[in-house]
Amino acid sequence: MLIYGVAVLAGCYIAGQVTGEILGRLLHIDANVGGVGFAMLYLILVNQWMQKRNLFTPEMEKGILFWSQLYIPVIVAMSAIQNVKAALSSGLIAVLAGIIPTVICFALIPVVAKLSKQKAGNLITE
Amino acid sequence: MEYINTLLIKNGFTVALLVTGLLLLVSYWISKKFTKNKIPGSAIAIFSGLVVAYFGGVFTGGKNGIADISTLSGFSILGGAMFRDFAIVSTAFGANFTEIKKAGLAGILSLALGTITAFVTGAIIALLMGYADAKSITTIGAGSCTFIVGPITGGAIGASSEVITISIAAGVIKSILVTIGTPFIAKMIGLNNPQTAMVYGGLMGTTSGVAAGLAATDPKLVPYGAITATFYTGLGCLLCPSVFYFIVTLFFN
Repeated sequence: MLIYGVAVLAGCYIAGQVTGEILGRLLHIDANVGGVGFAMLYLILVNQWMQKRNLFTPEMEKGILFWSQLYIPVIVAMSAIQNVKAALSSGLIAVLAGIIPTVICFALIPVVAKLSKQKAGNLITE
Repeated sequence: MEYINTLLIKNGFTVALLVTGLLLLVSYWISKKFTKNKIPGSAIAIFSGLVVAYFGGVFTGGKNGIADISTLSGFSILGGAMFRDFAIVSTAFGANFTEIKKAGLAGILSLALGTITAFVTGAIIALLMGYADAKSITTIGAGSCTFIVGPITGGAIGASSEVITISIAAGVIKSILVTIGTPFIAKMIGLNNPQTAMVYGGLMGTTSGVAAGLAATDPKLVPYGAITATFYTGLGCLLCPSVFYFIVTLFFN
């Protein structure tokens, strides 16, 4: 049944959000810490566990794949509800504080990625 | 006419599905016809989403882009946090756990570096633009992290509403820039494998920007970027009003 797949996805989502919420409370901050990230990890692990035991039917997969294919449309809808006007009209400081850090972080990506690859390479040669 | 309008408002979510479908149809057509698929249809679709959001804001004077037009209010559900996160989580279904473990450490390093870099740069800009009090400097620096970290930090330390607005705007501009910029610089920064995608997610941090930027670059990379990015906002909300604010107060009042 397709709904079983959707339900597995929903279960992981809720469990992840709850984890993020609890972590936020424990750290005394008014925010969900990595709820979506935990949910993704749960989904990967549950999937592995169920595949091993042949519990995951192709029908169930369809239920999850449907949502992952709706991903881009959802992101398009999300960009359509951003407060773009306010962002572009709140002056130079907001524009600078938005653009400059982003550009610097973009430039750091290849540096950090290279470090991580070197490290992985070292582990293999060791 | 009035009753058709009412009907559309009542069925807002369905209207949003239809309009989004049409938006994607036109975007993929433009991509094929005018750019020979060089600019991906998804990138054009996301960009046009931002454009309609701008005009939605101009026409209605509201804060929620196109969703402030009553017949299109369903967009706030389809594009809202719940559907966004649900769809992001579903992309993890295709992700490879070994790849995630391989880049785990780099992911954590990039998260730390990403928050610190964004905060420090944002704070310096605030300072150069004439803000000299610790609360404003911290809040604007936090806004350079994401548009959620900014207002949460500002609220926690009691910054003025003007500064909080600036911090939100800075975060939204970051998210827009990441969305539009990623496909263009992907080649330059070697963003074509899961490991780099995880580093990218951790350094940029803005979940919506990362999610949209990767979708427009290579949808296969989405889960890897998203998994680190989703920890960024939490980390920012943890560090900015506490440690970072404390450090700033050592130098400014």
